[in-house]
Amino acid sequence: MRILKTLVGAAALAGLMTTTALAADMTVGFSQIGSESGWRAAETTLTKQQAEERGIDLKFADAQQKQENQIKAIRSFIAQGVDAILLAPVVATGWDQVLEEAKEAEIPVVLLDRTIDAPDDLYLTAVTSDLVHEGNVAGQWLADKVGDEQCNVVELQGTTGSSPAIDRKKGFEQAIADHDNIKIVRSQTGDFTRTKGKEVMESFLKAENGGKDICALYAHNDDMAVGAIQAIKEAGLKPGEDILVVSIDAVPDIFQAMANGEANATVELTPNMAGPAFDALEKYKADGTEPPKWIQTESKLYTQADDPMKVYEEKKNLGY
Amino acid sequence: MNASLRSGLLRLAPQIAALAVILALCAAIAPGFFDISFANGRLYGSLIDILNRGAPTALLAIGMTLVIATKGIDLSVGAVMAICGATAAALITSGYGLPATLALTLATGIVCGLWNGALVAFLGIQPIIATLILMVAGRGIAQLITEGVILTFNDQGLIFVGSGILFGVPMPVVLWILIALAVGLAVRFSALGMLIEAVGVNRRAAYLSGVGTAGLLLAVYALSGFCAAIAGTIAAADIRGADANNAGLWLELDAILAVVIGGNSLLGGRFSIVGSLVGAMIIQSINTGILLSGYPPEFNLVIKAVIIVAILVLQSPTSRAFLAFAWRKRSSASQEAAGQQPAPGRQAS
Repeated sequence: MRILKTLVGAAALAGLMTTTALAADMTVGFSQIGSESGWRAAETTLTKQQAEERGIDLKFADAQQKQENQIKAIRSFIAQGVDAILLAPVVATGWDQVLEEAKEAEIPVVLLDRTIDAPDDLYLTAVTSDLVHEGNVAGQWLADKVGDEQCNVVELQGTTGSSPAIDRKKGFEQAIADHDNIKIVRSQTGDFTRTKGKEVMESFLKAENGGKDICALYAHNDDMAVGAIQAIKEAGLKPGEDILVVSIDAVPDIFQAMANGEANATVELTPNMAGPAFDALEKYKADGTEPPKWIQTESKLYTQADDPMKVYEEKKNLGY
Repeated sequence: MNASLRSGLLRLAPQIAALAVILALCAAIAPGFFDISFANGRLYGSLIDILNRGAPTALLAIGMTLVIATKGIDLSVGAVMAICGATAAALITSGYGLPATLALTLATGIVCGLWNGALVAFLGIQPIIATLILMVAGRGIAQLITEGVILTFNDQGLIFVGSGILFGVPMPVVLWILIALAVGLAVRFSALGMLIEAVGVNRRAAYLSGVGTAGLLLAVYALSGFCAAIAGTIAAADIRGADANNAGLWLELDAILAVVIGGNSLLGGRFSIVGSLVGAMIIQSINTGILLSGYPPEFNLVIKAVIIVAILVLQSPTSRAFLAFAWRKRSSASQEAAGQQPAPGRQAS
C-alpha cells in the first residue's frame, strides 16, 4: 500500500517537473544531490515551496548522489536557457568545466549548502551554514545555562573525520574555552545514528559513575541525542534535568523530546537554503547587485521555551 | 554426553580464552567492569550491555553459521534487518496489532531468506552473488517502506522487544539465547546438523546419497532471514524507529566475522553455533571495551582490527601446529625431567 502510494507520488512529482508555468518571471534550475537524508528531503521540499511562493518556475533534477548526473543536469539547464542555476554539489572538485559553460551562457550559479574547490568567479555566491558557528551556539547555550557551576560534559561526535564532526567539535570547544567549570570528560563517535548514540551513551553512563558525574550531553546531531535520551532514561535518570541535552540540526523528533522536557536545546541547520539564494538572485537580476561570495544562513537556537510542539507540527511535513 | 561436552569445550578453548583475555583487558581499562547490580527492575552492568548490544550480531551469526556450513554465505542479512525493521514500524504505525505485526515481520524475513535460498538451490547461482542482490536492493526496499524517513512508533508492545525486561534480563538477550538453544538443539539432536554438514562438504555427493539438498538449502537461508528479521525488529524497537539507512549497516560482515572467529571454516562442513556465539560476544566485548576506554574515536577501528588480527593469527592452522609442537616438546621435556617414566604413567591414567 505504502509502496504503491510512494510510486504514485513519484509519478505525480515527475509529472509536475515537466510542466512549466508560463506566468513565471524567472526560471531556475535546481540540481539536488539526492535524498540521502531527511534533512536533504526537507531542503528539496522547502526549495520547491520557496519557488512557488515567489512565482519562480523551478526545474528540479535529482542526481542520485552522482556528480555525472549533476553535470548533465546543469548542461541541460544551460541548453534550456534558464535564468539561474542552484547547485547542491555532491563533491568539491571537478566543476570548473561545466561552470565555465554556464558562465559563457551568462547564467549565474548559486551553490547551496556545500562549497566547491573552484575559482570563485565561476559562481555568483554560496549559501551555506557555518558548522563551527553551530557548535559555538550550542556551547554558548550550555555556558549560559550552567553559569558558574561545575559541569562535566560528554560528547557524541559525528562520523569520525567528517567535516560536521570536526567543525561542530571545534566550535563547541571554542565556546567553552573561557569557562574553566565546563569540561568535556568523554568524547566518542556515534556515527550520526540513533543506535550508536544510544550504545555509546550507555557506555558513558557506566564509565561515569552511573551517570551521576555527567552534567550535560552535547551531540553533534539530533538523532544521536534521541538515542542517548533513551539510554539515559533506561539508566533511571531524567534527561533534560539530571543530564542536560543539547544537540544540532533541529529535526522534528528532537522537538517532541523538548516538548516532553527530555531535551533542552537544539541549533538549527536550516533546510531553507533556497530562500536567501532566491533573495540574492532577485536582487542580482533586478539591478545587478553582486551578493557577497558567501551567504551564511542563520544558526537559530531553539529551547524548551520556544513552543517545541508548534515547531514540530510545522516541520513534520517537510519530509525530514 | 559428558565426553562430547568436554571435546566441544576443548575445541572452543582458543575462542573462550580469547574472550576471557579481552574481558580481562576491559576490566583493566575500566574499573568496575564486572560489577552487575540490580537497578530499576533490571540487571545493570557492562557485561549485561555486551550481551544486550551483541544481540543482533549473535542472532545473525546463528543463521550465518548454518548457511556457511552449507558452503554458502549470506551477505543480505544487514539489509534484511533494515527491511524487517521498516516493515514492523510501518505495520504498527498503520494500526495493525502487535501479534499481526510480529508475524508479518518474521514472515517478511523468511520470504527474503527463501528468495536467497531459491537463487542458490534452484538456479545454482553462487551464494555470494545471490545474496549480494538483496544486500544492494534491500536498503532501497526498506527506504520505499519507510518513505525515506526514520519511521518512529510508540507502541509499548513492540518497544518491549528491543528494550523490555523479562525477569531482570533485557529482552534481546532472552531472544538470542532462546533461539540459539532452539536451533542448537534442533541441529544436534536430530540428523539435521549432519545433513547440513554433508551439503557443505560435497553437495553433489550428499544429493546422490539421498539428502534433500535443495530443501535444506532453502531452509538454512530461510532461517538466516528469520534470524535477521528478529535482529531487525530488535534494532528498530531499541530506538523506537526504523532507520532504513543505518539499521544493520555492515552487520553482515560482523556476523561473518563472528562465525570465523568462532572457529568455523568458510569452506563449509563442520560447524559450531556456540563457537559463533562466543565469536559474536568477542566482537561486542571489543566494541564495548573501546567505548569504555575513552580513547579518541580515531583509534576505534584500528584497535578492533589489531585485536581481531591477533585472534585470527593465533587460530590459524600454522600457529596451531606450532603451538601443538611446542606443547608436545615441553611436556615430553618435563616428563624426561621427572624421571623418564612416561609409559607407566600413561597406562595408569
